[in-house]
Amino acid sequence: MWKRFRSNMGAMVGVALLIAVIVVAVIAPMLFPQGPWQMVQRPFLAPFAVDGLPLGTDTLGRNVAAQLAYGAQVSLLVGLVSTLVALLIGVPLGALAGFYGGYVDEGAMRFTEFFQTIPNFALAIVLVAIFEPTLTSITVAIAIVSWPPVARLVRAEVMSVRTREFVDAARLAGLSKQRILIRQVLPNTVSPIIVMASLMVATAILLESSLSFLGLGDPNAMSWGYMIGAARTVIRTSWWLSFFPGIAIVITVLALNLIGEGLNDAFNPHLSRKGKA
Amino acid sequence: MSQTLSIERLTIGLPDGADRPFAVENVSFTIDKGEILCVVGESGSGKSMTANALMGLLPPGVDVKSGRAMFEGRDVLRLSEAEKQAMRGAQVAMIFQEPMTALNPLMRIGDQIAEVFAAHNLYTQSERRARTLDLVREVGLPDPEKIVRAYPFQLSGGQRQRAMIAMALALEPKLLIADEPTTALDVTTQAQILKLILDLRKRRGMAVMFITHDFGVVAEIADQVIVMREGKVVERGDAAAVLENPQHEYTKRLLDAIPTGKLPEARTLSETPALEIKNLRKTFRTGGGLFKPVREVHAVDDVSLTVARGEVLGLVGESGSGKSTLGRTAVRLVTPDGGHVMVGGVDLAALSEEELRKQRNKVQMVFQDPYASLNPRQRIMGALTDGPINRGVPKEKAQAKARELLEIVGLGADAAMRYPHEFSGGQRQRIGIARALAMEPELIIADEAVSALDVSIQAQVLDLLRELRERLSLSILFITHDLRVAAQLCDRIAVMQKGKLVEIGRVDEIFLAPKQDYTRQLLAAVPGADWAQSQEVPA
Amino acid sequence: MTIFAVIVSRLSKAILTLLAIAILNFFLIHAAPGDPAVVLAGEAGAADEQMIEQLRERFGLDQPLYVQLGKYVAGIVQLDLGYSFRQGAPVAELIADRLPATLLLTLTAFVVSLVMGIVFGVSAAARVGKPSDSVLTTLALLFYATPLYWLALMAVLVFSVWLGWLPGFGYETVGANYTGFTRVLDILSHLILPALTLGLFFTAVYMRMARASMLEVSQLDFVKTAKAKGLSDAVIRRRHILRNAILPVVTLAGLQAGQLVGGAVLTETVFAWPGIGRLMFESLAARDYNTILGVFLVSAAMVILFNIVTDIVYRIVDPRIGARS
Repeated sequence: MWKRFRSNMGAMVGVALLIAVIVVAVIAPMLFPQGPWQMVQRPFLAPFAVDGLPLGTDTLGRNVAAQLAYGAQVSLLVGLVSTLVALLIGVPLGALAGFYGGYVDEGAMRFTEFFQTIPNFALAIVLVAIFEPTLTSITVAIAIVSWPPVARLVRAEVMSVRTREFVDAARLAGLSKQRILIRQVLPNTVSPIIVMASLMVATAILLESSLSFLGLGDPNAMSWGYMIGAARTVIRTSWWLSFFPGIAIVITVLALNLIGEGLNDAFNPHLSRKGKA
Repeated sequence: MSQTLSIERLTIGLPDGADRPFAVENVSFTIDKGEILCVVGESGSGKSMTANALMGLLPPGVDVKSGRAMFEGRDVLRLSEAEKQAMRGAQVAMIFQEPMTALNPLMRIGDQIAEVFAAHNLYTQSERRARTLDLVREVGLPDPEKIVRAYPFQLSGGQRQRAMIAMALALEPKLLIADEPTTALDVTTQAQILKLILDLRKRRGMAVMFITHDFGVVAEIADQVIVMREGKVVERGDAAAVLENPQHEYTKRLLDAIPTGKLPEARTLSETPALEIKNLRKTFRTGGGLFKPVREVHAVDDVSLTVARGEVLGLVGESGSGKSTLGRTAVRLVTPDGGHVMVGGVDLAALSEEELRKQRNKVQMVFQDPYASLNPRQRIMGALTDGPINRGVPKEKAQAKARELLEIVGLGADAAMRYPHEFSGGQRQRIGIARALAMEPELIIADEAVSALDVSIQAQVLDLLRELRERLSLSILFITHDLRVAAQLCDRIAVMQKGKLVEIGRVDEIFLAPKQDYTRQLLAAVPGADWAQSQEVPA
Repeated sequence: MTIFAVIVSRLSKAILTLLAIAILNFFLIHAAPGDPAVVLAGEAGAADEQMIEQLRERFGLDQPLYVQLGKYVAGIVQLDLGYSFRQGAPVAELIADRLPATLLLTLTAFVVSLVMGIVFGVSAAARVGKPSDSVLTTLALLFYATPLYWLALMAVLVFSVWLGWLPGFGYETVGANYTGFTRVLDILSHLILPALTLGLFFTAVYMRMARASMLEVSQLDFVKTAKAKGLSDAVIRRRHILRNAILPVVTLAGLQAGQLVGGAVLTETVFAWPGIGRLMFESLAARDYNTILGVFLVSAAMVILFNIVTDIVYRIVDPRIGARS
């Protein structure tokens, strides 16, 4: 497993990029002790125009490099926590639906379908707008629009594992249903869940940045989407203000996608890149 | 007779990291015009690779290292891709094992047959249509006009295989390669397809290379046989000669898997029943809802039978006969609609979910698929001790017992700490048997427990069951689609068809004096039946 | 099931879903911090005390919750989505005004991305492992990771600001008063950048699906059968693999239409495209919840309609469904 993952070039590039982003997020307070909000120079400074400001200043004369570093914190935090919350909703729901079938399944799947039909970004906008933008409301909103695919995946996996004969064997051993679900069935669904989770963190980061771009970011947290949104109107004169945060997003999301794909290939060696064999 | 195909010293290399360097090594054989050559071997013997090499259909990474295959004066192994393409379907045709997946699900049967003509730019549209209808008729498909417009999912497995054969015959090939074409079919369907291939050979005079793992099939259709093992030919010759007088040890072992006229001696059975099934019924309903009509299948329809203590009762039937449902109902994996399942004075069919969990140990099951019946994420020890510990057996005692059982089934106690993926299919079935024994059941239900195994492994597992039967005086309900396997192990045989019990009796009664038509049909359909009968006059 | 029965059952399900969304909207208004009447009126002092009093009466805010809910839902059933005090017009009217622009944008983006995604995915699969496959998959991976609003901004920067090739703003040239064919061309030129930038992300999504599906189907048994017939690889790909591989992609694409409609909010914001997404963005700043919820409901309705259409197309194309029962 690990060997296959390690020998995957793309995945290793992803890991390296992600580590770089994490390091920047962690040492941001050391690099820029004054924080991302403070005015340090005159506004609209181009990159490298002044020493010590490699990425220039924004519309209010704040250090773009510092903003980027602190933005990494927000992106990673929201991406990770909202994915965890989505898993907490989706995994139990999907597991119960897939394992018990019948009315439980019917009910759970109607509920899931309902949430899947709603355009998820529009729902996220509505939720954050109504509950006021804070890191908590943003995280919860992203989780609420992200869990349905988890539930569907877990349900499908559980349904397929459930029909395997070792589950019958466990029933014949007299084990209770709950125990069979938790000890026998769920451990066999972990790999696809891990793959999906890594891709979900990426999607969550994109969602967070999109919300902030529309002005629905936490006003007390510097985020990449907010930076692009704020610089949108000055794109003709100061393109770099929109450009660099976008690159930061692309790098982070790309890294997570590469890792997710690498994990997928490592978990399913027979499915990956068949044509190359 | 003239040679149609002559293979000389064919060697096919496997990619690096495979379990052996060559899929096929130094294989030579010839097939004459109008002759059927059976290539016999177990999985991994290289028999399919040989066929794929001839068709130019080897998977990537696998390629011909040396040797020739002369066909119509050319070495087909050295043809260009375009020449191979022109040859495929026209001079050499092939049919495959899985009729369910070998047809394009989105294309009408007629179009798929007519496509062969299109591939080789022959005939006009209307001629193609006419010829397609002729072919459909020739392979014995009912209602040809309707069949050509049908989609594959509307046909049964046997019908799909006939459609495949129609496709293969379209351009009157000189050589037909059949890769286990009947393995996925029921015995009666298999018998029909074998007969069709024999008829067509006679009518068209083509050569047939027939790949199979089953010597019964060989006895039915082969003129010549080669036996392959691990990429090498171990035995070759006239079919009759090989069947009667096998030279190689391996061939003998494969042949032993076909029961001859010698049936096991009837043992005296105990009077006390281990299992009593009374008037058991189970109906499955599918569909239902706003727009779908309810469809009912009577999977088990008022069946009564008993298994005596220490007896092995074979339960035989084709797919859809309800034999597996009966087995699953008897262990209460499926709850019956009516009737009783009496084991040790308890009616399992009547217990509540909670009471049932306490009585679960009474009947245990050995499953069909060795790869699905063990949890890949649990050590063998866990699989063997979960049940006993759950029943209140102290952990140390359960673990000691598990080690002992692993010894008994021939794996050794240290197997306990390993994971399922470290074992082969046959070994996994042994673990499955140990798991069932760990619960100290009154009855074991073996549901197609050896069907997924290669013939020689099958024999080993049957030996183990036979040994355990003596040693532990086990009562077993042995469910199988294969009468020959049942004959090797069972005391009595019960035959099921469409949910009903057709006939039940001692093995010799069923084999030598079947009372019901359906039983006779089943027996007649068993490949190699005539040959086996003629081998030895029963006592 | 006949197609007619399918449509009836899907439509009835759709109506239930929309009712559920309406109910969700109602509870969201009540869950928002503050007086529901004030919430409905919108912030920024757009509504005066008298208006709020009217609202209270109209929605029966002094009555029990279920009565309020009944009134609210009854209103929605009559296509009354409330009144935008901010814009001084009924929300339904505002949306009806803006809907054509959004439909034009999302449908174009959907068709463009589906066609491009399938074409690129199929050609990548045909050249699997070769340099052209690597280039295509890497590009797909890149666009898959790119925020579409940022891509839109960069496209404006490059093609509109720097190169001046295409307009980067609006639906048509303001004040030009084009008519007939000239107007169509004008709108088209305005459409290119928004539709492409909205579509590129989804092109990447569909291309990855199409490529994976092609590779998967090409491993199936019937492909080997086709080869054994003597068909050429090109014919096998076209007649056997393509149809089997594309069917699931189209279905999944239909299911993802929701994301596309959501993404339109971002694209319309960047390009000042006068659709309902832009309307939603404008309402966000004004805290005009009535309009926000109205747009939300209508975009959900659009997605449901999309899903029904793909479902029906799928049933027509795949003989296995419908014929079975």
